[in-house]
This record gives sequence, C-alpha cells and structure tokens, in this order.
Amino acid sequence: MERQVKRGLSCAAVGMFLLVMGGCSKQDAASKNEIVVWHWLTDREDALETLADQYEKSSGVKVRLEVYAPSDVYSSRIRASAQTNTLPDIFGVLGEPWDLASYIKSGHVMNLEPAMVAEHGAWRHQFYPKALATNTFIAGNQYGVAPGIYGVPLDVTNIQLLYNKDLYKQAGLDPERPPKTWPEWMADWHQLKAVGTPGLVSGWGETWMINCFASNYAFNLMGEQKVLDTYRGKVPYTDPDWINVFSVFDEIRKEGLLVSGAVTMINKAAEQTFANGKAAYAFNGSWCVHPYQEMNPTLSYAPILPPRFSNRFPMRIWGGAGSSLMVNAQSPRREEAIKFLKWLTLEPQQAMLSKETFNLPSNRSSAVALPPILAAFAAHMEETTHPSQWPVSERPAITEAIGKGIQSILIGEKTPVQMAQEIEALKKQQ
Amino acid sequence: MSWKKTQELITTYLFVLPAVLLFVVFSVFPFFKVFQLSVFDWDGIAPQMRFVGFANFRDAIFRDPSWWISLRNASVITLMTLLFQNTLALVLALIVDREIRGKNFYRVVFYLPPVLSGIVVGLVWNWIFDGSHGLLNYALAGVGLGHWTRAWLADPKTALLSVAVIHMWKGFGWGFVILLAGLQAIPRELNEAARVDGAGEWRIFSRITVPLMLPVFFLVSVLTILGTMQIFDIIISTTNGGPGYHTEVPITRILVAMVGSSRFGYACSLGILFGLILLAVSLVQMRLSKWSSRYS
Repeated sequence: MERQVKRGLSCAAVGMFLLVMGGCSKQDAASKNEIVVWHWLTDREDALETLADQYEKSSGVKVRLEVYAPSDVYSSRIRASAQTNTLPDIFGVLGEPWDLASYIKSGHVMNLEPAMVAEHGAWRHQFYPKALATNTFIAGNQYGVAPGIYGVPLDVTNIQLLYNKDLYKQAGLDPERPPKTWPEWMADWHQLKAVGTPGLVSGWGETWMINCFASNYAFNLMGEQKVLDTYRGKVPYTDPDWINVFSVFDEIRKEGLLVSGAVTMINKAAEQTFANGKAAYAFNGSWCVHPYQEMNPTLSYAPILPPRFSNRFPMRIWGGAGSSLMVNAQSPRREEAIKFLKWLTLEPQQAMLSKETFNLPSNRSSAVALPPILAAFAAHMEETTHPSQWPVSERPAITEAIGKGIQSILIGEKTPVQMAQEIEALKKQQ
Repeated sequence: MSWKKTQELITTYLFVLPAVLLFVVFSVFPFFKVFQLSVFDWDGIAPQMRFVGFANFRDAIFRDPSWWISLRNASVITLMTLLFQNTLALVLALIVDREIRGKNFYRVVFYLPPVLSGIVVGLVWNWIFDGSHGLLNYALAGVGLGHWTRAWLADPKTALLSVAVIHMWKGFGWGFVILLAGLQAIPRELNEAARVDGAGEWRIFSRITVPLMLPVFFLVSVLTILGTMQIFDIIISTTNGGPGYHTEVPITRILVAMVGSSRFGYACSLGILFGLILLAVSLVQMRLSKWSSRYS
C-alpha cells in the first residue's frame, strides 16, 4: 500500500514537473486561418471584436484579439515576447521612436511600404499623410532604420487647447471668438479670473504633456529647423529662443493661469476637472471627446491651436497616428495580417470605429461624417507634428529633465535661465 | 547504498524538484540576470547587448543627481514613518491591549488601511489634498486657517510631507498588529506583580514593557525601513515623482530608466545599488536584533 502511495506521489511530482516545463514552452501556433492580434485599446475592445466577427464572416479568417492593459503592461508583454520570438501576427509598439526603431532593427516589424504603394498606392493614399509619417522612417534617419512604412494607423489624434464656451459666456466673453495670440489669451484670462473662473488644467504630472506644450511653443518661437538642430547638438538650450520657450511657463505661473495642483496632476484627473467646469481651458488630445461625453454630456467646448507667442513661425501641435498596428516580420501569416489591416482601415470599418469610440479615423474618407467636435479636431491635422516624424529626436534623459525643469518653473523654484543652463549641462554630459 | 535507499532518495528529490525548478526559474535566474544586465547597455528589445563594464554604476553614483535625490526623499519619508507611524502604532496597540470595550472592532478598523490598494489610497488622498476642492483645504478654511490652504501635493514645501502622511496612514496598521501581538505575549503576571510592588504605569512601561518589546521594536523598525524605502504605488498615484524631483523615490527612478528611457542595463545597476543599501540595513537590523534578544 505504502509503495503504491509513493509511486502515485512520484507520478504526480513528475507530472507537475512536466506541467512546469510545458508552461515554459512556446505558445501554441495559431492555425493557418487564424490571425492573432495583441492590443491595449480597452475602449475599442467591443468594436474591434464586432469587426473581427465581420471579417471572419466575409473572409473565413478568424481574428483572435487579445487585450493587455494598461499600456505599460502591454509594453512589457511585447518586449518579453520579442525576446522569445513569440510575438503575435499583429501588435503595436508603444513608446518612443527609439523603441520602434529597435524592434524594426531586431527584425520584428515588417516594412509595409511595398503593400502601401501597390496598386498605385491605393492603401497609402487613404490615410492622412501625417498619420503615416508617424510610422515612417525616412532615408538617413538617426536610428539607422531602413527607410519604409512600419505601421498602420488605426486612428489619428492631435493635442490642442480646449476652452469651455459656457464659462466664456459667464465671463462676458464671446464664446465664438477664442484667443489666437498670447496677448488675446491673457486678456481673456484676466476677464475670466475677474469672475473667479479657474484657468488652465492639464495632466502636467505626466511630463510628456508638458513637453508637448513646450514643443508647440518651440516650433512657434524658433521653427522646426532650429528645434531639430538643438537635438542634434548644434544649438544650445541656453539660446535666447529656448529661454523664451521656458519663459512661456514662467508667464503661466506669474499670471496664475494654471489650476492649483495641475503640476502634479495625472491627465485623467485633469479631464475630470475640465469636464466638471472647474477650468476654463484644458490642454488635451482628441481622445478626450469620449471621456468628456461620459463625464458631462452637456459640456460645451471647442479645440483651438494654442495661442501664438510669436509671429515668426507657425504654431505646430503634436499629432499623427493615434494607435498603430505593426505586422510581425517573422509571422508565417504576414500576408493574411496585411489583408486584415487593409480591410480594417477601409472607410466603412473606420467610420464604425470612429462612431463607436469617438476617435478620429485614420482614413480620410471616413472623416466626412464626423460629429462637429471631432471635425474641429480633424480640421487641424495638417498643422500636426510629432517626435516620431522628425529625423532626429532628443535623448529620453534630456526630455525628462525638460519636463521636470518646467515643473520647477511652474512652482517658482527655478528661473527659465537656470533651467536652460541645467539642461545644457546635462546635454553635454550625455 | 541499497536499491531501496536509492529509490527513496530519488522519490524525495522528485518531490522537491518542481519547487526547486520554480525557485530557480523565477528567483535565482532573474537574480543573476539582473547582475548580468547591469554591465551591459541594452534597450530591452535588441537581440545584442553592448558590454560597458561598470559604466552604469559609475553613471548612477557620480552622474545622476536625481538618483541621490530619490534616495534622500525615500530616507526622509522613512525617518518620518519610523518616528510618527510607529509611535502612533504603539500608542494604539497599548490602548487596544487594555480591557476596553470594542477592542476587536478597533483591531479590524486599524488594520483596514494596509489591506487597501496603494493606488486607491493615493487617489482618495488626491481628493483630500486637492488644491482647489480638497477636503483638507475646506476643513482648514472652516476653522479659520484659510491662509494655510494650498495644493498640498503640488507645493514643493509640502509634497514630500503629504506623500509621507499618506504612506503612514496606509501603513500604521502593520506596526499596530505586530506591536499588539508583542504586547500580548508579555506575561500579565509581570505587570500585576509590579503594580503590587507599587510601580506606576510609566515605570511598568519603561522597565517591563520596553525591554521585553525590544526585539519586536527592531522587527517593526526594519519592516518599516524596508517597506518605506520601496514606496512606489502611492507616489505614482499622487505626484508621479513631481513637482520637479521633490517626491522621486528609488523605485520611480528605476522605472523611468527602464520604461521611460529603455535603459535596462542602467535600471538593473540602480536596482543592485538599491538592493545593496537595503541589504546593509537588514544586516544591521539582524545584529541589533540579536543584541536586543540577549538584552531583553
């Protein structure tokens, strides 16, 4: 009896060992008629599932969607899978241009340019050019990536200044005449402040939002070439134009424009503040339409370009592809994956996604029937730019230091000159 | 060795093999992998890594002031926690240790904050500390201290203190439970005998309770230090390390290096440095704990 028990337990132990080993093995390969997509878009989960069902009915190819959220969890999963060559057929790369470049150079991301330019560029031409630019590497780029288009934009986005029309009315301002220049903005703000209206809110606890705002004014004050030359190390951050950029934030502090606490606020909290009418302005992206609709359906607002500080160069806002999907270059089902992405970015599918999720479609033809607020965002797509579209980008350590330094200016701890000197010293060290 | 003995030995090893395997794969391998990565420049994606020797450690120690700021911030929070959180925990444990009504209710209530998610606690306290519509500011204005109101988490003078308060609120229950268990392990006869001999409450506390509780105090202290130095979730959900670097802590710096800058090797070197600091603290505690056991 004892012997039998021992034998049974030994078998169980061996079984467990095999189970553990099995758990460490590669994932089951999907069948020929199945494409696996990993995404992080929880707000689009249902709509994408509906579209996947439609695609299976029309093509006979099953699309298995797997959601991993939040985005940092998703990024970690993609990184880990890249290490073990277990990436799915379609996936997204979140992060900086450096990250996408590394995935491409490691052979994980397929160059879609041949598919895009086939049939006289039919697929390529349906997108906003700025959306494609986000996933495009041009010849001679600093990342050493072969020129090509490496991602399919599922939607587009841009980040603008929003103003609350009702609060404008209450302050005796014309809600249809938002400010276009810095003096006009400050004049409006003084009138709002006089009636006790809080000013600007944004998730500036997330430093990338600060960098985005700073980048807008850098383009306005010194133009694209000089900004990129700074990243190349040809122009120092102590240049008067850069000090003017940092001084924009000093002005914001002096004018008391920023809502109390916004300097450490996450964007979700900032969205809540604006949606509840507790701020006259918000600096936010087109993705905000859905949460604002959920939080306060009666909120009356409109997006505008951040008011110009200078007339030397046009104002540029961050924008381009919102969410992009890449094809696994090592997948045996690459062609099926491309076919699915082509179908997904056709006008009817894009219109459906836009209607269901309040995001701007990447297909220009689908933008015709947009609701007014999304159309207002879409109207400024041509003025967008994004670090991933530039031939050169700043090192992450400098970008972080700029964000942190601007926070210090906003709390009155540093002057623009001090901050510029610190950034320049760090740049030299890097 | 007989065949039966060999069989028994094999059986024994088969039993422990799955556990050993799991331990090796999920604990030993990552531990050595971190050491390996710390001497490479790697973005976490590329198949090839560039050997840089101890350059990552040099950068962390000599070229990254934000790392030292984060260590200083964590140390300040730890000191405050050691002093105030543990004092509060001890006072509450002493109260609940007495025969008072509803002491079981208090035990449950005091232990509630530690079981809550740090992110949830952070979000709730965000609302309390909010500069425009926060509960604390309303309360201060209500009692005539309106001039004290501020955005507590965004003001460089109060951000670190505010984060420390949240951490202490969330953490005092741990200390309370351990200290209460320590107090209840002291034989009641000792206190009663002292009272019969005419000793007052303070004398009983200082001459009986404290000496017997020394090992527990050390245990709570070291758990507080190790737990607080690794503070992370509350920071992420309240200040994200800001304003500026005022609430940056070591774990947020490691995360920024790994996720924000894709510098895996550098992040691993920060992790090792941080681990060494915590190891040193633990070794000191072990020594002190042995000494206190002998003393008590």
